[in-house]
Amino acid sequence: MAKNKFVIAVYVDNQYGVLTRVTSMFTRRGFNIDALTVGETEDPAYSRITISLSGDGYAREQLINQMKKLFNVKKVEVLEDSECIKRELMLIKIANKPENRSDIHFAVDTYRAKVVDYTTDGMCIEVTGDPTKIDAFVKLMKPFGIIEICRTGIVALERGTTSLLSK
Amino acid sequence: MKLTGAEIIIRTLIEQGVTDVFGYPGGQVINIYDALYKYRDEINHVLTAHEQGASHAADGYSRATGKVGVCIATSGPGATNLVTGIATAMLDSIPLVAITGNVPCSLIGKDSFQEIDITGITLPITKHNYFVNDVSKLADSIREAFRIARSGRPGPVLVDVPKDVQVATFEFEEQPIPEKFPLPIAEQAQIDEAIAMLNAAKRPYIYIGGGAAGLSLGKEIIALAEKMDAYIGCTFMGLSAVNGDCDRFLGMQGMHGHYASSMAQKDADLILGVGVRFSDRATGNVKKYARGTKVIQLDPDFSEINKNVLVDIGIVADVKDAFTRIAAGVSRQEHAEWREVVEKYRAREAQFDREQREQAGDKLVPRRLFDIINAHKLPATVIATDVGQHQMWTAQYASFDMPRRFVSSGGLGTMGFGLGAAIGAQVATKDPVVLITGDGSFGMNLNELATAVSYQIPLVIVIVNNGVLGMVRQWQTLFFGGRYSNTVLERKTDFVKLAEAFGAVGMTATTPVEFEAAFTKALTVKGPVVIDTYIDKDEFVLPMLPPGGSIEDIITKARAKGEKDNG
Repeated sequence: MAKNKFVIAVYVDNQYGVLTRVTSMFTRRGFNIDALTVGETEDPAYSRITISLSGDGYAREQLINQMKKLFNVKKVEVLEDSECIKRELMLIKIANKPENRSDIHFAVDTYRAKVVDYTTDGMCIEVTGDPTKIDAFVKLMKPFGIIEICRTGIVALERGTTSLLSK
Repeated sequence: MKLTGAEIIIRTLIEQGVTDVFGYPGGQVINIYDALYKYRDEINHVLTAHEQGASHAADGYSRATGKVGVCIATSGPGATNLVTGIATAMLDSIPLVAITGNVPCSLIGKDSFQEIDITGITLPITKHNYFVNDVSKLADSIREAFRIARSGRPGPVLVDVPKDVQVATFEFEEQPIPEKFPLPIAEQAQIDEAIAMLNAAKRPYIYIGGGAAGLSLGKEIIALAEKMDAYIGCTFMGLSAVNGDCDRFLGMQGMHGHYASSMAQKDADLILGVGVRFSDRATGNVKKYARGTKVIQLDPDFSEINKNVLVDIGIVADVKDAFTRIAAGVSRQEHAEWREVVEKYRAREAQFDREQREQAGDKLVPRRLFDIINAHKLPATVIATDVGQHQMWTAQYASFDMPRRFVSSGGLGTMGFGLGAAIGAQVATKDPVVLITGDGSFGMNLNELATAVSYQIPLVIVIVNNGVLGMVRQWQTLFFGGRYSNTVLERKTDFVKLAEAFGAVGMTATTPVEFEAAFTKALTVKGPVVIDTYIDKDEFVLPMLPPGGSIEDIITKARAKGEKDNG
């Protein structure tokens, strides 16, 4: 079976140690994750974990089933690409060389990014968007000299008016 | 009524129907032990020689009865000594509640004396666990622990209670035991689909596992087999679920399964799996397993469907309900051809058996050993084992007259499990218990002999002594060119003197006649008896599917030493 990238949204009890339970299960079952984000939700009782990973259909089914078995996990849902909005935030530090400055600024404008720090030797840019957009921006910056990158990992919501928790 | 945390723990155990616990005191559970002292008329505490023994005893207690087993240990090393026992219970889906003390909350995270993050350690080997840092949540955490342990696919739950929480006080009120978490009820459409598939089968095989053993479905399974002219085989964990006398029952299949059972499963055109998980030891190479065979799987755990083997119909449900409904819908069938095929395999297996007995002559071989045990063991006897060759011989040859009479570590394969588990099973059932062990396994946790003597547990311990780590040796013979790296024990331990030193009775047996005399005598002794029996170090467990092989590669005859191996 072919490996695909997919995103899973998980509602868990907002309690001490729950994230460890989820990630420990990944280790134990041999799942490799690409990125993971966690944060508060509309309901203070729950946190939402968004996991992006790649695997075949078997891995995807097993991961969901094993996750559902954890007692602090309330809801698990695969977010299909076509039905959800995905965003990621990146801070990227680039060398600030006079000969590249205008190209970088042009890229920042085009990508609707923001320069958030500026020194004579470097600048820090904030980019938000779909992960593919972030990837493209990184690629674009490569020739200018990337100093440091920090990405948040994906957050994702389904389109429409329903909430996962009430589904 | 306001009680201390320690008292709340014991009162909640009593509320949950617990009558026996196994454990070992220590610094951070003194308060719990003080409460146990207060309630000693309501709850019986068995003091083991080692915390690992307590965890295995709680496990054996549960396997023999289906009740939740309970063990208690102190923080640090006490807690880590439970780990093997908890993992053993996890792999075999045994309901267990382990209660550990920990250092006071103010000392947590400071590498204090005997502090360990036991909830962290047991994360992957428990169904769930709790670190209770607030006395107001203590009773409910323990209640939930019991509910989780026994619901759905059972398993172990650990509750870690810091010392200050045991000392703090809170209101306690007894509550009724909650129902298990409800299991989904299978949809009729799926049941109908399964019935149609079963009715269309020409060579049906009912395959029962640990999930069926826990449900007392034996009679219903036999009735279905008779109705649809099917054969029954089981996994290691499914042993004792169906009465061994049943004509439809072919015994365990798999790596060391009965020849007829494994072959029949290979030839079946439909496998109805009831509470089985298609473990690697049962299937061999999964790519070659059940090719062209329809598979129906009933299991309460949705993650088991399609985990190891892709099935045609996976029914995630209350297994008893689903099985009963399927059985009711299946029509009466006759499969004369199928019977002919299987009976041929059976005849061949009987032939192997005869040859084994004949070749043995007066020698004490495993087959003879179990002929004697089966003939003389008392009704309702629990047979516990350790892990290795003796365990597989038990699985192959021992007969069981009741469900839950086979107590053995299947999934984890824990050497040193047997003695503790046998003690637990005896405390639980008060029925006769025979422990079959090896000289290697027994050496691991023989300290529990002290426990068996202290509590005068009537227990017959048969050490199948071959002076080697037989199972590994068998692999070394077959696959490693007879290079016996570190498997030759030949220790100078005198098990008779050892038994006597512990205050037990010790005997030896080297021939079938001696063993028969020793075994029958042992059954009349009140406390534990050790029978040290000697067998040849090159006895094989046969048949054998080589690791990673499939049924086509089955080895049925012992190769002489020096004959070419596979490796």
